[in-house]
Amino acid sequence: MELVDYLPVMIQLLLAAVIAAAILIASHIFGQRARGNYASDSAYECGMLEESKPHPKFSVKFYVVAMLFILFDIEMVFMIPWVLIYRELLSVGILSVWPIFFFLGVLTLGLVYEMKKKGLEWER
Amino acid sequence: MPPELIADILWKVLFAVIFVVVIMTFAAYSVLAERKVASWIQGRVGPNRTALPGLSAIPVIGPHLVKMGIWQPLADGVKFLFKEDPIPGHVNKLYYCLAPAIALIPALTTMVVLPVGQYTVDGIAHPIVLANIDIGILFILAVSSLGVYGIVIGGWAANSKYPYFGGIRSSAQMISYELAMGMSILPVFMWANGTEPGLGGLSLFNVVTSQQAMWLGVWMPVPAFIFLTALFAETNRLPFDMPESETELVGGFHTEYGSFKFGLFFVGEYAHMVIGSAVFTILFLGGWNFLPDFGIDGLEWLSDPWSRMGWFGSVLSVLYFIAKTMFFVFFFMWVRWTLPRFRYDQVMNLGWKYLVPAALACIFIYALIIGLIDIAFAVEETPAIVQ
Repeated sequence: MELVDYLPVMIQLLLAAVIAAAILIASHIFGQRARGNYASDSAYECGMLEESKPHPKFSVKFYVVAMLFILFDIEMVFMIPWVLIYRELLSVGILSVWPIFFFLGVLTLGLVYEMKKKGLEWER
Repeated sequence: MPPELIADILWKVLFAVIFVVVIMTFAAYSVLAERKVASWIQGRVGPNRTALPGLSAIPVIGPHLVKMGIWQPLADGVKFLFKEDPIPGHVNKLYYCLAPAIALIPALTTMVVLPVGQYTVDGIAHPIVLANIDIGILFILAVSSLGVYGIVIGGWAANSKYPYFGGIRSSAQMISYELAMGMSILPVFMWANGTEPGLGGLSLFNVVTSQQAMWLGVWMPVPAFIFLTALFAETNRLPFDMPESETELVGGFHTEYGSFKFGLFFVGEYAHMVIGSAVFTILFLGGWNFLPDFGIDGLEWLSDPWSRMGWFGSVLSVLYFIAKTMFFVFFFMWVRWTLPRFRYDQVMNLGWKYLVPAALACIFIYALIIGLIDIAFAVEETPAIVQ
């Protein structure tokens, strides 16, 4: 695998960016113009006047989910090399399944603890 | 730069443009298909008026072309283009304009590692793909999860309450289901990385060739189901339509958007859906393999008839792959008009309390099953790791 194999990826990224920019610019050029007015320059709140801050506070549960996500996502990335090598190790007689089960078990315990502590309850 | 390199780059750009045009066309026409399927399920007619001038004058087929509404996507595009392009006074202008582009770019980039068929040179099958790199599925997972930034930035920059809540909700939902999605594919790659020489890595082409004996969805139904459910959540389709649940949040994160800026979110979502269906087809439904051959000698023509037909076989393999993908695009629409939308707490419960533990259990169980199979049918070849 050489770096030149990744050339199409860069081409595709540039192409996607160019397409998105071109569409936005074309839409701006061809779109009809209208003078701004009070109604279109204030946030949409079902016809009511704007009330309080546009970015109100949100529940701490979203932060908890984000932190849990980081943990489990890193776990998933750790597992990928093991998944790729698992059958090759088996064929030379190395059973690599118990260490990774221990690793998975610890994380599963963490998930169970999180559930017991009601960290994933969204009803309240 | 040497001229060969420039010619090579030009060819690659040409192929990339063809891929993008094809996928964008599919995305545009799946919008029409969505409306037609919806009207069909609900006993309506659907779009049947839009036509180019003089089209209905064509004898016999003309009126039918109009009734099928095949010019509707074109009309929608033109309408998006000529509508007022509003930038309301209360938004954060830079991020407001940037968000639709950020939502579209990942949807157009993931297709670069997506194999759509195969061609055979000297008896060896090669994938028809833009970049034949060995990180395949990892690239798709990584880049497609960048799409959440478009939604979050769009929701935040609109400086308004409904888009803000839509953006927050959708970010939590998308990262939760990304976990289940990423874990559900691990058994697939555990199986696909056998000890046969020439196979290995995370490339999607290996997964397809490893499924010639049996499609993985048949003997891995639970990971397939988890992946499909997570795919619905990742593409923000009903029943996981949280970011724009219009009964609660008006339009969700794109409440304050209009004209082609809204159109880019829309096209991005449908492109995501088409590519997601293609990835599901590759991982669990055998890609372009015709039918499973159960590993019986002499039946290889059943799974891979394409390599015996030259270039015509390559074309057929691409068409067969597209047909399977289109079935799943139809399945997305079918589910949308069949199931009601979940409540937000139900969505998070399903993701964290059912899908993630089920995916973990699948890794345990398939590791044991594959281990038992490999020990029972011990492979005699020297594996690559020893050499």
